Amino acid sequence: MSRRRVVVTGMGLVTPLANNLEDSWKGILAGQSGMAPIENFDVTGFSTHFAAQVKGFNVEDYMSKKDARKMDTFIQYGMAAAIQAIENSGLETTEQNADRIGAAIGSGIGGLPMIEHNHDALNKGGPRKVSPFFVPGSIINMISGNLAIRYGFKGPNIAITTACTTGTHNIGYSARTIAYGDADVMICGGAECASTPLGVAGFGAARALSTRNDDPKAASRPWDKDRDGFVLGDGAGVLVLEEYEHAKARGATIYAELTGFGMSDDAHHMTLPPADGSGAAASMRNAIKDSGLNPEQINYINAHGTSTPAGDVAESKAVEAIMGAAAKQVAVSSTKSMIGHLLGAAGAVEAVFCVLAIRDQVAPPTINLDNLDENCTLDYVPHEARQMEIKHTLSNSFGFGGTNGSLIFSKV
Amino acid sequence: MSTIEERVKKIVAEQLGVKEEEIQNSSSFVEDLGADSLDTVELVMALEEEFETEIPDEEAEKITTVQEAVDYVNAHQ
Repeated sequence: MSRRRVVVTGMGLVTPLANNLEDSWKGILAGQSGMAPIENFDVTGFSTHFAAQVKGFNVEDYMSKKDARKMDTFIQYGMAAAIQAIENSGLETTEQNADRIGAAIGSGIGGLPMIEHNHDALNKGGPRKVSPFFVPGSIINMISGNLAIRYGFKGPNIAITTACTTGTHNIGYSARTIAYGDADVMICGGAECASTPLGVAGFGAARALSTRNDDPKAASRPWDKDRDGFVLGDGAGVLVLEEYEHAKARGATIYAELTGFGMSDDAHHMTLPPADGSGAAASMRNAIKDSGLNPEQINYINAHGTSTPAGDVAESKAVEAIMGAAAKQVAVSSTKSMIGHLLGAAGAVEAVFCVLAIRDQVAPPTINLDNLDENCTLDYVPHEARQMEIKHTLSNSFGFGGTNGSLIFSKV
Repeated sequence: MSTIEERVKKIVAEQLGVKEEEIQNSSSFVEDLGADSLDTVELVMALEEEFETEIPDEEAEKITTVQEAVDYVNAHQ
């Protein structure tokens, strides 16, 4: 029996470049940077003074002020991206299909702003000052939960949390859920808002962040000799995945097919990859095997490419290992050069970019790649987007704990 | 200076996302103004903040309408 096919029929984005799909994509193709000085808290004493935050987001475009107060920022971003994706897909929930529609939207960290605020309230005023909405407003599965409540989705409802691989794992899990027959439609992706005092201090303490405070827009520079860490980004990405015949029957626009999903773990270190990128290679190899493609058929890779000294080299070596001689032909770019690292949302936002790369036959650029690290030998699409034939894309995500995930999208 | 009633209604409007002119003294938070059990807990917290008082849980449970909130504040000023 052949496997049920899974296609993408809707997408939504909230990114540091724009609060919707098409404007975010335009910014990416134009090579814009979403980095700016942090202004929502005093950064005195912090090693990093900037981030790639969401700008001008109006939550009341998506829900009442009363509802918004009960959801931390990452939930608001996730809801916004999901609502956009559902509208984009034209999906209608009915009594007949409600059981067959599910949601899987995670976050790497969850509700830091509410955790910080309520902890302050507890310290200052005691337990009676902690909001009754603190717990349901900050826990990670509440994008999936609130979406089900809003739309009546009664199918599988889950939120996988795997650090920076969160978005990718939720999408891959959703594809498997549809292929296996547990659902016909899954709303899936990730959301994050970690550019808070605790978030910036914590990643700073782990020496993970760029400290290029005098030039934030040049701070995220994957594969460049002068890279010095990643830039925290906020936002959300959500896809509507749907069983192929179900999508065709309702006349939905099919943007791409999700043909492969692979996972692995480095089994090496809490935050660092092994130098040879063997865990990353295993993840890609598993995804390619799942898709039934040959490695050289991949035209474009949206790399994890965070702009960290160790990670960028390891991923490049992994691509070389799995593609061999064909590694020189594949276009590889890091959209994190423009929007930073959205942690639990990164894989979802980047999956959306892979689908749009197929739709528009264009590879997004890697900006700030001025002086290539000699240990990085691939074609990184420097500075400018490239019109090219794209049939198959691969998107990588690697997270703390050594957890890896790769997705393959293909032109239908 | 606003009256206690006006201040209570302002907080109820803000907390429950309803217009002030829709709020009657007899309005029940749950039945008329769409509050759930968590909303009422937060509403009591907001009243405590506004009137710089502490409302014990057993008293808070008895405050189910706008008038009951106004009466409680009047009695404990």
